[in-house]
Amino acid sequence: MTALLHSPLAACLTLLALWGLIGLAGLLRPRSLRYVARTLFPLGALCGAALAWVAFASLAARPERAVLIVGLPDLPMHLRRDALSSVFLLLLGSASAGISVFAAGYFRRGHGTSAGLLCLQYHLFLASMGLVLLADDAYAFMVAWETMALSSYFLVTTQHGLGEIRRAGFLYLLMAHVGALALLLAFGVMQGGSWQFTFDAMRAAHLTPVWASTAFLLALFGFGAKAGLVPLHVWLPEAHPAAPSPVSALMSGVMLKTAVYGVLRVSFDLLGGPQWWWGLVALTLGLFSALYGAVFAAAQTDMKRLLAWSSIENVGIIFTGLGLAVVFHGVGMSGLAALALIAVLYHALNHSFMKSLLFCGTGAVLHSTGERNLGRLGGLIRHMPWVAWLSLIGVLALAGLPPLNGFVSEWLLLQAFLFAHQVPQTFVNMLLPLGAALVALAAALAAYVMVKFYGVIFLGQPREATLLRAHDANVLERIGLVWLALGCVTLGLIPAQVVGALRAVVRQVAHVDLPNPAAPWWLLEPLPGRLASYSGLAFLVAVSAVVLLTVLGVRLFYQQRVRHAAPWDCGFARLDARMQDSAEGFGQPIRHIFEPFFAMHRELPSPFDRAPRYRVLIGDRIWQRLYEPLGSLVQRVADSFAVLQQGRIATYLLYSFVTLVALLAVVL
Amino acid sequence: MRPIEIVTQFLELSVALAAAPLFVGWINQCRAWLQNRSAPSLWLPYRSIRRLFHKEAVIAEDASRLFRLAPYIVFGAMVVGAGIIPSMGTRLPLTHVADAIALVGLLATARVFMSLAAMDIGTAFGTLGARREMMVGFLAEPALLMVIFVASLISATTALPAITEHLATQTLGLYPSLAFTAVAFLMVLLAENARIPVDNPATHLELTMIHEATLLEYSARHLALMEWAAALKLFNYACIGFALFIPWGVSTRGSAPAALFASLPVLAAKLAVAGAALALLETVSAKLRVFRAPEFLATAFLFAVLGLLVHLLLRV
Repeated sequence: MTALLHSPLAACLTLLALWGLIGLAGLLRPRSLRYVARTLFPLGALCGAALAWVAFASLAARPERAVLIVGLPDLPMHLRRDALSSVFLLLLGSASAGISVFAAGYFRRGHGTSAGLLCLQYHLFLASMGLVLLADDAYAFMVAWETMALSSYFLVTTQHGLGEIRRAGFLYLLMAHVGALALLLAFGVMQGGSWQFTFDAMRAAHLTPVWASTAFLLALFGFGAKAGLVPLHVWLPEAHPAAPSPVSALMSGVMLKTAVYGVLRVSFDLLGGPQWWWGLVALTLGLFSALYGAVFAAAQTDMKRLLAWSSIENVGIIFTGLGLAVVFHGVGMSGLAALALIAVLYHALNHSFMKSLLFCGTGAVLHSTGERNLGRLGGLIRHMPWVAWLSLIGVLALAGLPPLNGFVSEWLLLQAFLFAHQVPQTFVNMLLPLGAALVALAAALAAYVMVKFYGVIFLGQPREATLLRAHDANVLERIGLVWLALGCVTLGLIPAQVVGALRAVVRQVAHVDLPNPAAPWWLLEPLPGRLASYSGLAFLVAVSAVVLLTVLGVRLFYQQRVRHAAPWDCGFARLDARMQDSAEGFGQPIRHIFEPFFAMHRELPSPFDRAPRYRVLIGDRIWQRLYEPLGSLVQRVADSFAVLQQGRIATYLLYSFVTLVALLAVVL
Repeated sequence: MRPIEIVTQFLELSVALAAAPLFVGWINQCRAWLQNRSAPSLWLPYRSIRRLFHKEAVIAEDASRLFRLAPYIVFGAMVVGAGIIPSMGTRLPLTHVADAIALVGLLATARVFMSLAAMDIGTAFGTLGARREMMVGFLAEPALLMVIFVASLISATTALPAITEHLATQTLGLYPSLAFTAVAFLMVLLAENARIPVDNPATHLELTMIHEATLLEYSARHLALMEWAAALKLFNYACIGFALFIPWGVSTRGSAPAALFASLPVLAAKLAVAGAALALLETVSAKLRVFRAPEFLATAFLFAVLGLLVHLLLRV
């Protein structure tokens, strides 16, 4: 017990094991909803909160290791907890605590996987993500990574009765394994001839620049496939909406971040300091993903798919910051590398809260209306005030508006971009600052997307009569949503403290640091003496003070009553819900402006149609240009091999005989 | 906080609050003169705000709280914005709280709330206005950010007063990069403040209107706040322009406290010239079709990026 208290690693492992036990306990009475959902899930949330607490307390602690004698003989599991693990464990614990409480209220009796099995998969998913963050050898890492992929695959296919969901699950599984193969190869390169697959051996291996770059690019491919970097993103808009909402929240909010963890671990730790041009690769992919994700999010008509595309955008922003940090680190500008890295970690934390909040919000909407299609929602702020107002916080945060958290990380990233012109490489130093323009464009597009998301779901007139019966979230769901919303607000209001905590992390991970702050506690001034500061708290106080004074002033001087009447709408009397913008309508300017991005198929009515129909189908050009040819190529190769398959046992025996003879010829 | 800082802060806020409707009145008057109409009174905006405050508010039956909250938030955002921009003096305590990037965020907050409120009732015009407002916004915002980026690169800070001080004390009068960004900024100003050629503040024609469509359901005090906020927004944009491109005449850190009051006539002169120029610009140009507005704004964005490139190439 004392060891537990003194060793954060042991405490973390205990909590992960508890998650496993909770999952197994679900199998005891798999059909009892009261036992599984109302007891086990809250317990899992408690574990998550405890994990977050342990991880937070150990952010600045020294790294520690452990060896677990499990697995294959002579291949024990090496584990290590350092600051980088801690910050992502904090993310995992704190976000999953809110999501688990929400899930406790969310899961009901229905079709698909039974509650107990779901509980096992869910907690196995959580524990494997924790293990990914603690693994210190390639075997342990890959086992945890694959467990994570498989358990989330089963979670995605909870509603396995639907063909569409089975297809989404298959695509997800395929991409996860293509990525895992690349990771396996990356680890193979990184062992550097020692054939030791512990991370320590990889740290000690001195790779030539060419091999180190190969390893980095393989790792970027592998982790990029998990993170949903364009062009490896195709599974994400399919799989995230298919899963039950709390699982979508976990996948978008937490699982994508394990890929960010992986890239940071490989580039800054295992490869012992990155080369600067790696950053350009990550930066380019990141910027492209950010813009591509935002543009596609604006054109979606399914609320969960919209959020999934928005996750691609945010992952893009994270990788942009990561690329910038790598460039700065590679050319020896350590203070700026620290600033960019802090922006990366901050945005990862932020995104885990705001995206989980919105996914859980869509879950509550889905439950009470049975609709995912934006075209059949609307006006829910009147029937679901809790969900609507809490989602508003997530929406404003995701739109990058002050004083919430999304703004802070984008602010830090832009501050880092302001120094990009000081990189000594000519030409690069002129192109890098232009990245800031794209980040700004993506952030502004995110605001557009969020107004569409919120406006179409929660505001306006209900587009279907059934929406009038919509009911608000239940108590457990509300607690989960409040927890996640509080996370968004807190991370936004005390940026100086968060940056202070993250400094300890980047110091340990990349051996870079920001100068000590000279500003008071409520003010964020990352680079003292540069006159660039921001304070979320004071900002909120200033705006609310003005708003309150205005409200008071208006009340005091003008006490006119308010009369409620029919909407004016320029005197038009027969207003109905069909006259509002649909989701397609709201996305129309984006389709118009970014037309080259989309593969659009339009069906326009002719003036003489009796039942005129207007339809736009939006496809992903990358899917059509890259994946479909690739798929048909694989199909063709497979077909050519099918010649071997005769279906007669004599032929197969002949193959065995020929193979045997050929092998003997080689050996002898 | 020293007394001079507090005085500067409050003076700026009150000047902004008081002068913003006057600035709008002045532009309207100039426009009327240029178009050979008899001009409305300079004080008309005040009178209409006052009249609106005294009316009974009519609100749609199914409006949510968001609808009634939005005018206050939009107004509050604009007032705080006025407190960040150094229109008269650079000794502003509020600028530590929010720098130029946060100012862009603040303007975005106001825009998002206005759009959300416009969608709240669910009228055809409201959602149309919200969509167009956001369309203009998402193109104008990065352009504005790039304009600020260039000025920040020149003066190595993102705090607006520090930028102003740096630019005002330089001997080199003209930066080539700032010339490009000035064009970009002017285009952003026109688009964001619902002026011709992007929007027409004088019309209620559904084919063309953007900003007015978001306000259609508001009446009385809520409308008054929204109108006042719109005037403040125009005032703020003008002052951002002064701070970046004609920063002279502002009382800076070293100057005597009395210089603060000397800066008031300078500001008035700048506003008078800017208002007349704006009216002239609006008179000689025609309204663009809404479909062409993205091109107009993309041009602004490209001008700002060009300014950035010019700065990076010439290093001045």
